[in-house]
Amino acid sequence: MLFRDLSFAATAGQVLAIEGPNGIGKTSLLRMIAGFLRPAAGTILVKADGEISEPEERGKQIGWLGHQDGAKSQLTPAEVLTFFARLYGCPSSATSTLLAAGLERCADLPCQYLSAGQKKRLALARLTLARRHLWLLDEPLAALDTNGKKFAASLIAEHCAAGGIALAATHEPLGIDCTRLTLGAA
Amino acid sequence: MIGALLWRDLRLATRAGGSAALALAFFAAVATLVPLGIGADLKLLARVAAGVLWVAAVLAALLSLDRLFQADFDDGSLDLIALSPLQLETVSAAKIAAHWLTTGLPLTVLSPLLGTMFGLPVAATWTLALSLLIGTPAVSALGAIGAGLTLSIRRGGLILPLLVLPLLAPAVIFGAAAVQAILDGLSDGALLFLAAFSVAATLLSPFAAAAAVRLNLAG
Repeated sequence: MLFRDLSFAATAGQVLAIEGPNGIGKTSLLRMIAGFLRPAAGTILVKADGEISEPEERGKQIGWLGHQDGAKSQLTPAEVLTFFARLYGCPSSATSTLLAAGLERCADLPCQYLSAGQKKRLALARLTLARRHLWLLDEPLAALDTNGKKFAASLIAEHCAAGGIALAATHEPLGIDCTRLTLGAA
Repeated sequence: MIGALLWRDLRLATRAGGSAALALAFFAAVATLVPLGIGADLKLLARVAAGVLWVAAVLAALLSLDRLFQADFDDGSLDLIALSPLQLETVSAAKIAAHWLTTGLPLTVLSPLLGTMFGLPVAATWTLALSLLIGTPAVSALGAIGAGLTLSIRRGGLILPLLVLPLLAPAVIFGAAAVQAILDGLSDGALLFLAAFSVAATLLSPFAAAAAVRLNLAG
């Protein structure tokens, strides 16, 4: 059992920082909200144009940033972004997205030569391409440099200013206004 | 959307270090090695050709099957693909199709050459190629179930053949039997059984593979 009596809600425009020690279940909570894991008891509702609770349907509202970056080592960042844009059925603009993420110099370099921070930037760039309402972010600031952290914070702030919701499991301050949810607090 | 996934998987398989060339090379290597072991008895070689080439083709296809879902699982892509508008059943079907196009199809195209090397008569050579064309989609499809089940296991590639090879026995039996029948001057009716087996496997496997993947994503 990871947690019990956990109840919270996030509304449009809200950034929720999920905090807590390692192993307390931050990632599991995010995976539950995404619909990968089923809670042993209780319900998770994602509301968008009416109420949706089916896990399979819920996934279509979710922008996911896991702790793995989804960067295929044989493909270039431009190819990765173009693929996901087409997979998610979004208008593709890989070049400008890469420029915004500060990756224009390595756009045509296979991802295996990218640093951990660059891969995280790529993952953030992909997140903006997908245009989903509910962002679930697992350690969005890990491996990023100072500018990268500012970039991530500005993306989250912009997303929520436009009426989106962001849930971020994190150990560091996000650098933007947010509500805090601390797991493991008695 | 499904096209994007198919295209990406084709590209990954044909890039440097991809699985397509590897499977083809393995198939050719085994088919070259067996006559060296058996000796230059053309009559005997023609008798065993279909069986040897079918087994070599199945093993060559299995070489790359363990990475079918695992590669995407390891780097986090599978989570993102699961959250895409595509159903996991469609995803599985696309991955099976990509795997067949990069292994089953090239193996089929190469098989007449290897059949000739074994001294198979022309008619039997074409039956062999036809049987591989009909049967290899079942290899990719049934293999995908095993790939889905073992995707989160380290070194799952060692367990995968144990799971999948028994399921593939009918394909090997009917595929090789069709060629033997031609050699014996009989009709190639076994091809019909092979086709039935292949259609059933290919249609049903995406559902089983998707269920297996879903199970592992929850783990």
